Amino acid sequence: MALKIVKGSIDRMFDKNLQDLVRGIRNHKEDEAKYISTCIDEIKQELKQDNIAVKANAVCKLTYLQMLGYDVSWAAFNIVEVMSSSKFTYKRIGYLAASQCFHEGTDVIMLTTNQIRKDLSSPHQYDTGVALTGLSCFVTPDLARDLANDIMTLMSHTKPYIRKKAVLIMYKVFLKYPESLRPAFPRLKEKLEDPDPGVQSAAVNVICELARRNPKNYLSLAPLFFKLMTSSTNNWVLIKIIKLFGALTPLEPRLGKKMIEPLTNLIHSTSAMSLLYECVNTVIAVLISLSSGMPNHSASIQLCVQKLRILIEDSDQNLKYLGLLAMSKILKTHPKSVQSHKDLILQCLDDKDESIRLRALDLLYGMVSKKNLMEIVKKLMLHVDKAEGTTYRDELLTKIIDICSQSNYQYITNFEWYISILVELTRLEGTRHGHLIASQMLDVAIRVKAIRGFAVAQMATLLDNAHLLTGNTQRNGICEVLYAAAWICGEFSEHLEEPMQTLEAMLRPKVATLPGHIQAVYVQNAAKLFATVLRKHEGETDSQAAQETSQLLIDRLPLFVQSANLEVQERASCILQLVKYIQKLQQKNVEVAEEVTALFAGELNPVAPKAQKKVPIPEGLDLDAWINEPPSESESEDEKPKAVFTKEEHKHSRSRHTEVDEKELARRREARKQEQANNPFYIKASPSSQKVYDAPGVEHIPVVQIDLSVPLKVPGVPMSDQYLKLEEERRQKDKAERKKKEKKKKREKRGKGRKADSGPESEEDIRPAHQVDIVTEEMPENALPSDDDDKDPNDPHKALDIDLDNLLSGSSSRPLADSEKLPVRTHRPEVLKSPAEDRVHESIPQETKKRSGKEKKEKKKGKEKDRKRSKEEKKKKKHKEVEEELLESQPEEAVQSEETKEAAAPPTSAEEETAPSSAAAVDTSSAAALESEPDEPKDAEPEDTKSSKHKKKKQKKEKEEKEKKKKKRHHHHHHHSDAGGEDSVQNGTVEEEEPLPPMSNYSLLAENSYIKMMKEDADQVYDIQGNHQDESKVVVSVIFENKSDSFLKSMEFNVMDSLNSKLQRPEGAGPHDSLTVPFQLPPGVSNEARFVFSVQSIVMPQKLKGTLTFIVKSDESSTHEKLDFKLHFTCTSYLITTPCYSDAYAKLLESGDLKGSSLRLEGISMPFHHLLARICFHHHFSVVERIDSCASMYSRSIQGHHVCLLVKTSDQTVSIDAKCDEPSLLGNVLDEIKQTFSKC
Amino acid sequence: MIKAILIFNNHGKPRLIRFYQYFAEDMQQQIIRETFHLVSKRDDNVCNFLEGGSLIGGSDYKLIYRHYATLYFVFCVDSSESELGILDLIQVFVETLDKCFENVCELDLIFHMDKVHYILQEVVMGGMVLETNMNEIVAQVELQNRMEKSEGGLSGAPARAVSAVKNMNLPEIPRNINIGDINIKVPSLSPF
Repeated sequence: MALKIVKGSIDRMFDKNLQDLVRGIRNHKEDEAKYISTCIDEIKQELKQDNIAVKANAVCKLTYLQMLGYDVSWAAFNIVEVMSSSKFTYKRIGYLAASQCFHEGTDVIMLTTNQIRKDLSSPHQYDTGVALTGLSCFVTPDLARDLANDIMTLMSHTKPYIRKKAVLIMYKVFLKYPESLRPAFPRLKEKLEDPDPGVQSAAVNVICELARRNPKNYLSLAPLFFKLMTSSTNNWVLIKIIKLFGALTPLEPRLGKKMIEPLTNLIHSTSAMSLLYECVNTVIAVLISLSSGMPNHSASIQLCVQKLRILIEDSDQNLKYLGLLAMSKILKTHPKSVQSHKDLILQCLDDKDESIRLRALDLLYGMVSKKNLMEIVKKLMLHVDKAEGTTYRDELLTKIIDICSQSNYQYITNFEWYISILVELTRLEGTRHGHLIASQMLDVAIRVKAIRGFAVAQMATLLDNAHLLTGNTQRNGICEVLYAAAWICGEFSEHLEEPMQTLEAMLRPKVATLPGHIQAVYVQNAAKLFATVLRKHEGETDSQAAQETSQLLIDRLPLFVQSANLEVQERASCILQLVKYIQKLQQKNVEVAEEVTALFAGELNPVAPKAQKKVPIPEGLDLDAWINEPPSESESEDEKPKAVFTKEEHKHSRSRHTEVDEKELARRREARKQEQANNPFYIKASPSSQKVYDAPGVEHIPVVQIDLSVPLKVPGVPMSDQYLKLEEERRQKDKAERKKKEKKKKREKRGKGRKADSGPESEEDIRPAHQVDIVTEEMPENALPSDDDDKDPNDPHKALDIDLDNLLSGSSSRPLADSEKLPVRTHRPEVLKSPAEDRVHESIPQETKKRSGKEKKEKKKGKEKDRKRSKEEKKKKKHKEVEEELLESQPEEAVQSEETKEAAAPPTSAEEETAPSSAAAVDTSSAAALESEPDEPKDAEPEDTKSSKHKKKKQKKEKEEKEKKKKKRHHHHHHHSDAGGEDSVQNGTVEEEEPLPPMSNYSLLAENSYIKMMKEDADQVYDIQGNHQDESKVVVSVIFENKSDSFLKSMEFNVMDSLNSKLQRPEGAGPHDSLTVPFQLPPGVSNEARFVFSVQSIVMPQKLKGTLTFIVKSDESSTHEKLDFKLHFTCTSYLITTPCYSDAYAKLLESGDLKGSSLRLEGISMPFHHLLARICFHHHFSVVERIDSCASMYSRSIQGHHVCLLVKTSDQTVSIDAKCDEPSLLGNVLDEIKQTFSKC
Repeated sequence: MIKAILIFNNHGKPRLIRFYQYFAEDMQQQIIRETFHLVSKRDDNVCNFLEGGSLIGGSDYKLIYRHYATLYFVFCVDSSESELGILDLIQVFVETLDKCFENVCELDLIFHMDKVHYILQEVVMGGMVLETNMNEIVAQVELQNRMEKSEGGLSGAPARAVSAVKNMNLPEIPRNINIGDINIKVPSLSPF
């Protein structure tokens, strides 16, 4: 053995460590990938070795490779192995690797629950710390549920180092397991006043995160935070609190008023810029929430703006940036105060720093008015020309469009100017926002009727010069505008001066190089144009020209019929046939223009984005019902028949309304007109608006201005600047006119007092250049536009919207309901079940891997549903019970822990369980939470616990008076066990196999009328590191429950040590001294304490006698009481569940060091997987491999003995062949297994 | 909340990555590349805040970074963190590194990525700021290092001069794991 170790460490000398790996990679710059792949092969070899040091080294290297982008999830199991090492060095490596690469989808995480629990309760603070840090990165809902209680206990750890980590990680636990929030909250709140500043800061941190998402639930904490804010000197804490107040004030204006003063003081006094900035931010938030009614309201705003101006003017770019950021918040509610700093902001637009320019852009958005829009946009257009990076240029582009289109084009007085701006923007090469410009063009052209003529002319020019836009590549996003151009020209072709020319432009062969969806629009709109042209020619009775037009289409359309794009093909061939038919008619001299135009008659109106959703579902229509029989499962898996089409559709959803063929479209238009006419709710465009386009001055604009010498400009496009000049002239004129009028008025009104002044023009003075009619978007009747459907239902924080107030404030409140208690491990059947089951299923990696992800998801869903359902059921049951008890005129009581415990116990044991009644705790865990744990002696620090069970019933005779109640309770218990059974039936976790019966590992230790002691059988074993290698430690968890109406205190726990097993006492204590239980018990409360025993030999089971003494204190008297008990250490309690590879298992069996023994059990009728689960659960085994009705299992004792089982079953007979290197241990373990099964 | 912490050098080579939200490895690399691309083209005298990491987070998230000699320290944070506070935190972190490594340079980070992680773990946990007091951080790191030393560290093996031994074939010795009677215990390193 020793040699083996020596050999191992010699081998290790030649392994590469992390430094070697890094060095190697640096030396292989040319063939890095190849070098790394050989390293990975080496690592794989190293991971196969038994030596944990080698494995840890390998895992450490993997962590490095993970950083370089290599997937290392294949080593997840090895990482778990390294995590479970008892040496801190290795453990830390393991947890680091896990935190880097584990995530919710990692299978092996299920295996880590117990390991993490063990580490959390380790006596070494750094083991705990490392586990907490790791867990914070990969906590899953399952882990959160199973470990919530352990972590909550750590929040009261003696070491601040652990406390602060435990407090922080609770946030992650809440996110994954929202049910834990209510029970944990009182303790979290308590930590706000922790003596250690680190812990306090952590608690503030967590509550701030929580409150940020659901502020209203945390309003009641405001006074506490207010106190902290005025007393704390830690800037970190202050910043967090001040940020929190920023989130709270919108909900409670009174709070805001109170805040202003201390915040203003802070602003004046602090030297820390970060704090100053956050104060300003919160003051802004307060001022936003207080719309009015503050006396020094404007003073505060002024102060903020002043301070921000100082920040913006600072040479530190960071401050400048933040100043602008905060400014934009003020802008929303107090635009006037910001607008006075316009100079500064425009100056920032020229800053060399892009972040600052972007922030300044944001501010511009709120600073525009009718008056200065054109000016500001002009400045931006200059920047667009100068901008070098495309991202910034694109950002400018979107900003220009945002600024102009905000609140329904409120600030645009001249839409011709806007169209020109849009057209100018099309000159941008390589922009991603072609579609944005296109949708603006469409939107304006459709909604502003007055502008259509101008727009159509511009679009026609664009189409004519399309070759400039399409430029080099198809990827060029700007060609999207052609989509809009073609559509506008087609739809409003009546405004075209030269429709024939445009039609020709649209049918150029080059069009075929455009993206498909654009071509489709071209083809469709060519048909519309065709109709217009025909009409024109027939009006002039120029049948020759009309026929030429038809011929043009017949010549050009076949190009599109050959298109690869289906949509283009379909439309082109349809229209081609139509035109051919028309040509025939034309040859017969039939007038067709009317009919062809009728195809495209009718108005297309904009539809509100939410309109579709608002259409009520007609009666009798069930959208969820299948129209046809659903296709079989297998088909839907492989075939995705519609994928091609749905994708396409998504890409150009805008074209959807034109997809329907023309006749259908015409028919629908007709129908819609009819409907609209009859519909009183339909908002009709006023008929008068049809012909409002008669603004003066438009004729003077030179529309076509061809300048081919400048290639990048789209020729024929009017420069938007002209509008600026024009606008100015117009305003001058207006002003002059107004002045005249005013003078007149003044003359009339002289003597009646002077008018204020006519200084700078106010907003209202600027009248739009043309009468603008903005068509409102269509909505189904009776539907109101609303924002309620914007919320994201998947937000994880939604689940944390939990009312916490009544937890905090006294009697009138809703106390924690039973269903809300944190799952104290093993108290609940479902909690119990999962580890056991996990072990059955997940410890067989091959099996798990085979499962498809889909299955798992379903499983999860099922679980969740079930959890909810079971909770509901429990509530109902509880209700019933309470009623019954009220009938007996008993005080209302509800003991979740009782119920669950007993529900958890197998039905057979229910009778043996004694049921205390008056000891009902309102809520044990919350009570426990309120009680801070006093300092424990170091040795008695919570160590490990473990799931296991062996029944031990040493139960005192109940007092007779309780008999009756007991029966009653049993009745309920059966209920609960049944419920548990039902739940697990519904629970989809075990496919095809029957669900597991609930199991518990708390058993009654002793009980009298005052107190009940439940012992958890975990006896978790902790193998102490370092020097005491010959000693093993066992932790026993005992729940003490006060059943009386009196206060129990000064509890002392003592055990008679045997030679082999000793209770660990604090240093300096004698061997017979008793241990003080570190808490007191108010009536009806239970709490858990852990005791550490050191054990020498573990091959035999042991019994220890013990006594608990305590003082019962009631109002009038106090008595000293005593309770005897016997602690039973079974051999299985020395076993630790250890995962094992099947090849390692085979190797172990082959080695021949193990002595065999066997056991036969008759008359076992339970399903095989139940049997395995029981062995796993009660005796700490893990399944190595399972084949049909045969399974190999493995466990390891705390002193390193291997125990292997081969379990076979046939016809109610179970045979267990066992091997172990310690025969007497094996014998005892087998006896205990036999006992377990004889009980059921 | 801090969503990610990235350290890379002037050429975009990652020196430490720490994501507090799961991303697959290839996505992580893409994020590093994108972040490097965004950060590296900025002058040293512009502000230390950046929006527009499209891959990570979106609009609620900001990149806050500092550039020291050859290394960029980038924190990706959401709006609940104070921008200037995070800048201070980066400073605290770097100063801590400086104390722990004694004049830290890029090479220290290259060869001791694990140690840098352990130091970071004392500063930020699960995306939330754990400790900002440098002395406290250094003290905790050193206590843990001492603990590691007392266990012999990871590379406990002596000098690697004994190359001749490498190919020596030691006879396979039958396992005897039960040594409960003798007064030594196999360190629980090997499960088998």
